[in-house]
Amino acid sequence: MKVPLSWLRRYLETDADAAAIADALTRLGLEVEGIANPAERLAPFTIARVLTAERHPQADRLQVLTVDAGIGEAVQVVCGAPNARAGLVGVFAPPGTHVPGIDLTLKVSSIRGVESRGMMCSARELELGDDHEGIIELPEDAPVGAAYARWAGLDDPVIEVAVTPNRADCMGIFGIARDLAAARLGRLVAPEVPTLAPAFPCPVPIAIEDAEGCPAFFARALRGVRNGPSPQWLKDLLTRAGLRPVSALVDVTNYMSLGFGRPLHVYDIARLRGGLTARRARPGETLLALNGRTYALDESMCVIADEAAVHDIGGIMGGMDSGVSEETTDVLVEAAWFSPARIGATGRALGIVSDARARFERGVDPAFVGPGLDLAVAMMQALCGGEVSEAACVGAPPALDRVIRFAPETTARLSGLDVPAAEQREILARLGFAVDGDLAGDWAVRVPSWRRDVEGPADLVEEVVRLVGLDRVAAVPLPREPGVAKPVATPAQMQERRVRRALAARGLDEAVTWSFIAEAEAERFGGAAHRLVNPLSAELAVMRPSLLPGLLAAARRNMARGERSVRLFELGRRYLAEGERPTAGLLLAGDAEPRHWKTGKARPADAFDAKAAALAALAAAGAPVERLATRQPGPAWYHPGRSAELVLGKAVLAAFGELHPALAGDVGAVAAAELFLDAVPASRGKRPPYRPSPLMPVRRDFAFLVPETLPAEALLRAVAGADRALVAEVELFDRFTGPGVPEGQVSLAIGVTLQPRERTLAEADLAALAEAVEAAAAKLGAVLRG
Amino acid sequence: MSEDVDALRARHLAELAAAQTLEAVEAVRVAALGRAGTVTALLRALGRMPAGERLAAAPRVQALREELSAAIEARRRTLAAEALALRLEAERMDMSLPVPPEPQGSIHPISRVMDELAEIFADLGFAVAEGPEIEDDWHNFTALNIPPEHPARAMHDTFYLAGDPPGRVLRTHTSPVQIRTMTGGRPPIRIIAPGRVYRSDSDATHTPMFHQVEGLVIDRDTHMGHLKWTLETFVKAFFGVDDVVLRLRPSFFPFTEPSVEVDVGCSWEGGRLQVGGAASWLEILGAGMVHPRVLANCGLDPAEWQGFAFGCGIDRLAMLKYGMTDLRAFFDADLRWLRHHGFRALDVPTLSGGMAP
Repeated sequence: MKVPLSWLRRYLETDADAAAIADALTRLGLEVEGIANPAERLAPFTIARVLTAERHPQADRLQVLTVDAGIGEAVQVVCGAPNARAGLVGVFAPPGTHVPGIDLTLKVSSIRGVESRGMMCSARELELGDDHEGIIELPEDAPVGAAYARWAGLDDPVIEVAVTPNRADCMGIFGIARDLAAARLGRLVAPEVPTLAPAFPCPVPIAIEDAEGCPAFFARALRGVRNGPSPQWLKDLLTRAGLRPVSALVDVTNYMSLGFGRPLHVYDIARLRGGLTARRARPGETLLALNGRTYALDESMCVIADEAAVHDIGGIMGGMDSGVSEETTDVLVEAAWFSPARIGATGRALGIVSDARARFERGVDPAFVGPGLDLAVAMMQALCGGEVSEAACVGAPPALDRVIRFAPETTARLSGLDVPAAEQREILARLGFAVDGDLAGDWAVRVPSWRRDVEGPADLVEEVVRLVGLDRVAAVPLPREPGVAKPVATPAQMQERRVRRALAARGLDEAVTWSFIAEAEAERFGGAAHRLVNPLSAELAVMRPSLLPGLLAAARRNMARGERSVRLFELGRRYLAEGERPTAGLLLAGDAEPRHWKTGKARPADAFDAKAAALAALAAAGAPVERLATRQPGPAWYHPGRSAELVLGKAVLAAFGELHPALAGDVGAVAAAELFLDAVPASRGKRPPYRPSPLMPVRRDFAFLVPETLPAEALLRAVAGADRALVAEVELFDRFTGPGVPEGQVSLAIGVTLQPRERTLAEADLAALAEAVEAAAAKLGAVLRG
Repeated sequence: MSEDVDALRARHLAELAAAQTLEAVEAVRVAALGRAGTVTALLRALGRMPAGERLAAAPRVQALREELSAAIEARRRTLAAEALALRLEAERMDMSLPVPPEPQGSIHPISRVMDELAEIFADLGFAVAEGPEIEDDWHNFTALNIPPEHPARAMHDTFYLAGDPPGRVLRTHTSPVQIRTMTGGRPPIRIIAPGRVYRSDSDATHTPMFHQVEGLVIDRDTHMGHLKWTLETFVKAFFGVDDVVLRLRPSFFPFTEPSVEVDVGCSWEGGRLQVGGAASWLEILGAGMVHPRVLANCGLDPAEWQGFAFGCGIDRLAMLKYGMTDLRAFFDADLRWLRHHGFRALDVPTLSGGMAP
């Protein structure tokens, strides 16, 4: 909210300048977003008189002026304004001036061959209005050479205040003045509510049908008004507060809204048919609102309507048809109290943001409906003449009848700040609270009508503390357990940290991608279980069922930028029907190994790169990787022949493989894996006792011919199982097809490390082992190669 | 005899000196010390000598034998060393050749900051709590004293989820974790809750997904002085600056009362943010005493339990500390950005090592 200092000073007698007031507002919790003084911005602009005006020799629409800017000699200026003429007094900008309305810094220039040393300005160029039909015309007697802004009374700092949603009372400048007065920044000057002399009964019958949406509807009529422009002071106030002056009657409603947080509406009685009723809108009803747009209304919305049509979306925006104009002579001024919740719902449904809505939605002062109406009507009468009717009042605003039981020691208990009870009572009184009770005991604190946000003792503590000053709250250390701080990370958190660092240490870059993706993307990765009702875009419409679509899109972007190798991972959640699952996703695209003098050609990422990374991360997560089985193939979004799941018993711990070429598309070969972290069993953690064998290990190699379809893992497992006590390690060191290997078979060469523990192995032991290995392999159809 | 010994010595040593291969050395050895060698013959001759003569001759012959053995061995070593040196010379390679590149890998700044937060607050006795991102209306709003008509529930701020059960939202803040913590256990409570949050908003400083950290302390007499100390202690440790000035301003949040916004004193020398002093102020977080209604909603008696909560943008903390300017880049996975702003795998923030990498 823009608060011109001059407007604030109408209600606050103070010597404080804008900076001191801004400081006080900050301390009170009324956030100052900035202070702007048009006079500072417009300092170089001076008042000048046009001495001569001649047609430009080269251009019909331009004139060449000589201007007396009060600097001794006349200045030549080329000007395109139709109203430029000899004798006109206006506003001059010399070269070097930044003209805010066109965001241009003036230079001495030649316009169609004629030198121009500055500019005569329009209101819009000074950001003082919309008028750019011509240059500003000032009164004859305006002092030539003087600073324009100061002469025009623009030396008026405007403080931009962000009012928090709870402070309905500060949605009017008067309310801000009241808070500042309570903070002893000046004396509050309350407006005197006039006693009106009604000349006739209110000619428009009013009624309430929707008492929930509009509990109170007050009105007075004015007849015989002349609705012209407002006086300059009122126009200036509104302009500085960011509003456009319209006409006296409209300007008064805006003055009441901004000045007192009391929105009003004025109807042209000549445009009404019968009485006005606050009721629910009927299906199909529409309103052409004052902003020029037509709104379709529904039964949830409270409107003000006559017998023929809706004229006002109650408390949000009036209608064009019954709005006042220069021809208006008889008006009805409405002051109502609308339900904040309903105002909010209607405003959101229609997408209307208005000053009225902002105030009614927060809740206007229920005790100020009648007084606000009378103040406004008196002001309208003073500006526009006419006679006042009696007030028509239907319903009553819900009174704020709130008394809080408050123990003054609560302040110290919650804030840590010890404020003497007497001081607390005095602060509350200054803010308009009525305090009843002895200093020593509990108090009954009556909340003023304009503070519906104050609901309990904690709110009163806040009032006391913000007036005393939050800076007086001293820092007090939290009590600390003796000794070194205890570890607090959970096993899942530790697991996540280890996986993250393991993958980064393997050379993968951690990414954070959106939790929501396009529906079509989700469809390719198993389908989305959760869909947003109101996504920002179709690209961010459903919760991801996998981390891979986000990583794949990231890889595609990076490759398109010319990266040759992308290695990304992300730790985050998959959002499945059964819940949110902690997951690590990794994706390798482009070169796994770049071309190099030592290794030759570049090697693209393949499924085994993904498997290696997945196993390393699983090991870091605490999974017993040596016990994992590979189950082929993986999910449908992988290459069906080059993907698998890693399982432990029934639990699937990870899936990996090359991505299905149809998904990888132009990225080329992409290898990926996902680790399902919550499926990883808790690590047992205990290491067996250290018991190195004193005996030398023995190594034996075996080569088998096996059917091509036999998973190598099965053979390795069988060999390892041939003598669990003796076999310490099994490795596949060669895999061969070709000459000497029958069609449909493959030769697998396996190295076996035997670790004797009790005694050195004899030839007979080794022979027995070889036999056991052969037998175990034979069960799988493997034949020892001769 | 003596002439024989001296002559043999001279002859064989000369032969050795001339030997250029191991084979030549071996030939000398055989000629001198072999079964039919000259020195072997002398030794044999000793046995046939009378005792007196033998006593005089034996030491000289033995000495010759040992001297030649040693010389042969020495010559052999020399030749071997020379041969090795030659071979090694032939094996020379260009050691300026580049090694195969090893990808570096990096930790995202958000993870880094989350680890820093966890480390700092662990020292103050705070555990790290978590909660779902798909929340129900009660945890995200109602329990936090945000009534149904509150504007924050409006479509333009909150992402709603279709389908059943109805009323599900993407959490708009980490505050529902407060509720889950208070309903799930008994005070005293000290937690922080970092995580992803979502708002329907998008420009240079707002993304529809971002990260927050929530803090919550509930005890019997925890007050705003403790809040101030906790935040000061955190900010000092996080930015690694002792001269930290916090400014608390009254503000409004539905779930705290009194509520405060917290600014940190800073300066902008040369356009770069420097935390410390009070030349300028930067809003960093919102906080307050947990609203009595929120306590009651969680089954805690506000007459018995009280405490504070705070909430802070993690992405914003990262930007302030590490100097990024565009929030959207956090979620773009641009490798250039990740490598520039990311952290090495082994740069783990610890209390002993500090919070700066």
